[in-house]
Amino acid sequence: MSGLSELYQEILLEHNSKPHNFRKVEEASQTAEGFNPLCGDQITLYLKIVDGVIDDVGFQGVGCAISRASASMMTQSIKGQSIERAHEIFGAFHHMITEPGGELDLDTLGDLETLSGVNEYPTRIKCAILAWHTMKSALTGEADQITTE
Amino acid sequence: MTTGAAFDVNKVRGDFPLLKQQVNGNPLIYLDNGATSQKPQSVIDAIVRYYTTTNSNVHRGVHTLSQLATEDYEGARAKIRKFINAGEDREIIFTRNTTEGINLVAHSYARHNVGPGDDIIVSNMEHHSNIVPWQMLCEEKGANLRVVPIDDTGELLMDEYEKMLGPRTKLVSITHVSNALGTILPAAKIVQMAHAHGAAVLLDGAQAVPHMPVDMKELDCDFYAFSGHKLFGPTGIGILYGKAEFLEAMPPFMGGGDMIKSVTFEKTIYNDLPYKFEAGTPDIAGAIALGAAVDYVSNLGFDQITAHEEELLRYGTEALSSIAGVKLIGTAAHKAGILSFVMDKAHPHDIGTILDEQGIAIRTGHHCAQPVMQRFQIPATARASLAFYNTKEDIDALVKGIDRVLEVFS
Repeated sequence: MSGLSELYQEILLEHNSKPHNFRKVEEASQTAEGFNPLCGDQITLYLKIVDGVIDDVGFQGVGCAISRASASMMTQSIKGQSIERAHEIFGAFHHMITEPGGELDLDTLGDLETLSGVNEYPTRIKCAILAWHTMKSALTGEADQITTE
Repeated sequence: MTTGAAFDVNKVRGDFPLLKQQVNGNPLIYLDNGATSQKPQSVIDAIVRYYTTTNSNVHRGVHTLSQLATEDYEGARAKIRKFINAGEDREIIFTRNTTEGINLVAHSYARHNVGPGDDIIVSNMEHHSNIVPWQMLCEEKGANLRVVPIDDTGELLMDEYEKMLGPRTKLVSITHVSNALGTILPAAKIVQMAHAHGAAVLLDGAQAVPHMPVDMKELDCDFYAFSGHKLFGPTGIGILYGKAEFLEAMPPFMGGGDMIKSVTFEKTIYNDLPYKFEAGTPDIAGAIALGAAVDYVSNLGFDQITAHEEELLRYGTEALSSIAGVKLIGTAAHKAGILSFVMDKAHPHDIGTILDEQGIAIRTGHHCAQPVMQRFQIPATARASLAFYNTKEDIDALVKGIDRVLEVFS
């Protein structure tokens, strides 16, 4: 049962039941949709970028505890950061989730490290990464809707 | 094991080697039979026997092995004909799966019988494989896809269906048992009503054949599609039943070897049924093993299977209904072996992960039936689906597993 308690840590459950920045940002400069067709997880991410800095961020949608908590924690970690820094955080998170046993950039990750347990659950990686790919797509404007399939 | 003997679930379980294993340190509780079923040793043996003793191509060689392989392959067809009480062996077409059977009917029958402004009728609880081929065809032909609504329990609204039928109805393609809800549809009645309007009927039997006897003469449907792997046979083999008069009139689905009588560059003469629809070397081992699966199920007998599964379903329905925060989705009066549910506090995927940790395999998600999820305004469900080898202890384990979910998400 250790893997399970590692996965569903208190902080993750807290973000799931009371997600941060769970709202539409009316003055968003960038919006992107993320969708996981396999499980039906859906997220809309709103970014308000002023002078290269993420001034405000919010998200809406439906999903499992892992996708919700990951989205909530992501909004906390990128708010007030430069676009460049947001990309760095994405890189550190992506590495943590997809490469089990790899070295973690704890300075960059901060609380996001709580989600490291996901890398032991290959079927749940897509849940954790959905918000992040959506953020990347919003920043680069590459696609209106991204999927984790 | 003979028909009529008392049903001994532990003895039956002994026939399924996979069920003996441990998953994540716990005995496997396999409740994902709607996705695919486990295989009895006799089915596994049939595959091994074919590849170790008679492997050869069918319908071709004059040599002994080819004759033996052909006999076994055609023998399997005859077993399946008997199993579904079809009139003739040539009405049994080997396909890869239900999806291929439906696509065969779409391409070979519907494409030539459905025109602009015509209607194809499906229900609100179809699997995507019984929606998308018709959407594609309707787009190509300028035809309309009509959807029969369902009520809050998951029953088809027969009045609405009646109203939809008319001179423009060319095909009704409806599931026999809903994969997401478990509803058993009144298939014979649905067929009869469609026929009264001159429409052909295809039934998706993927979720029906493992649970109940299906009788082509009684149902009187024009086509019936199902998969081998949900019926305790291997993956990669399925069946399309079609009435001979329909299949005779239909052009081939795929061109190639085995489906022809003679080929010249000027003219090719197609083969007779069923070979006209079996282009290329088929899954010979799969067909033979499906024959073994049908033998296995027939020996157990549906009297016993249905009685055991009904009792399990009753027990499971009662158990899940009594847990606060758990809601069953799909509560029709006539159901087959499916307990689909949602929880107030936990998303189906979290439920699935927590149960898996305890060795309990269920399906989570939209079950390839997104329109039915939309109907109930939910993104997904957790689905426990039963087979005759499941036990009340499996249900007890599920309930315990759900308690653990409640603990994590308290």
